[in-house]
Amino acid sequence: MKKLRALIVDDSSVMRKIVERSLRQAGIEFAEVREASNGAEGLGALKNETMDLILCDINMPVMDGLEFLRQLQTVDNAKGVPVVMITTEGSESHVVQALSIGARGYIRKPFTPEQVKEHVIPLLGNTK
Amino acid sequence: MKTANEITASDKVPEGWSPLLELAVREVFEIMLGCKLEAQTAPAPVSGDFTAMVGLAGQLCGLLTLHCSAHSAALMASRMLGADVKETDAQMWDAIGEIANMIAGNFKNKLTGMGDRCVLSVPTVITGSDYSLRSMADTGPLEVAFLFEGAPISVAVEVHS
Repeated sequence: MKKLRALIVDDSSVMRKIVERSLRQAGIEFAEVREASNGAEGLGALKNETMDLILCDINMPVMDGLEFLRQLQTVDNAKGVPVVMITTEGSESHVVQALSIGARGYIRKPFTPEQVKEHVIPLLGNTK
Repeated sequence: MKTANEITASDKVPEGWSPLLELAVREVFEIMLGCKLEAQTAPAPVSGDFTAMVGLAGQLCGLLTLHCSAHSAALMASRMLGADVKETDAQMWDAIGEIANMIAGNFKNKLTGMGDRCVLSVPTVITGSDYSLRSMADTGPLEVAFLFEGAPISVAVEVHS
């Protein structure tokens, strides 16, 4: 089984740890989990590295999650990498907007580990 | 139930919002901290004083605040991270800010049609008790109070018309 690399983008360090724990509770083994506290840091982390999964908040300082998604389209290392938004912004318009610019899943905070599992596992396909 | 559009300057926050706020708070604590809050009929004085604030902007405009003691903030971080209080002490600011953020998001998403027309600020956390907070809201605060692990906490929403 391939060990995965994930990037978690959230301005809350507590939330980054909870998301990472939820992924592990979903039974996914990671070789590495990278963290970024905003979209700009997230893009920086992808310059020279490839990831198998990206989980991203929306409301963040410096660069929010929707702008991160837009700019991600131009990052070669990120092509085809599934992005799941995990955010308090749970409105229909936010969901539609995020999905229209490349997100593959959308989880509203508060969330359970089961919800993370339901959204993430299908996206990992044969890599898990 | 009044919508945010129908609040006038002399109004209080619509009464129908109180159970929605209470539910929003309970859900965040149950799902993210794994604990049930006990109801309090009247807000009790909160000692220690950590205040997390999240701004609401758009059609629903105002401020949500979460008020708790330092001990409660430390316990919240511990519960969220599933670790001992001593290990999570440095993260209590982040933890209660994120809890306030989730409560605000959960609350506005429960108000019909408001999810699309209201955005949240990133949270801010104040420590200490020697301050006055003026949100410029023109409604009286809607406040719900609970006991978290035996200690009082409160969540309030004030709204601009």
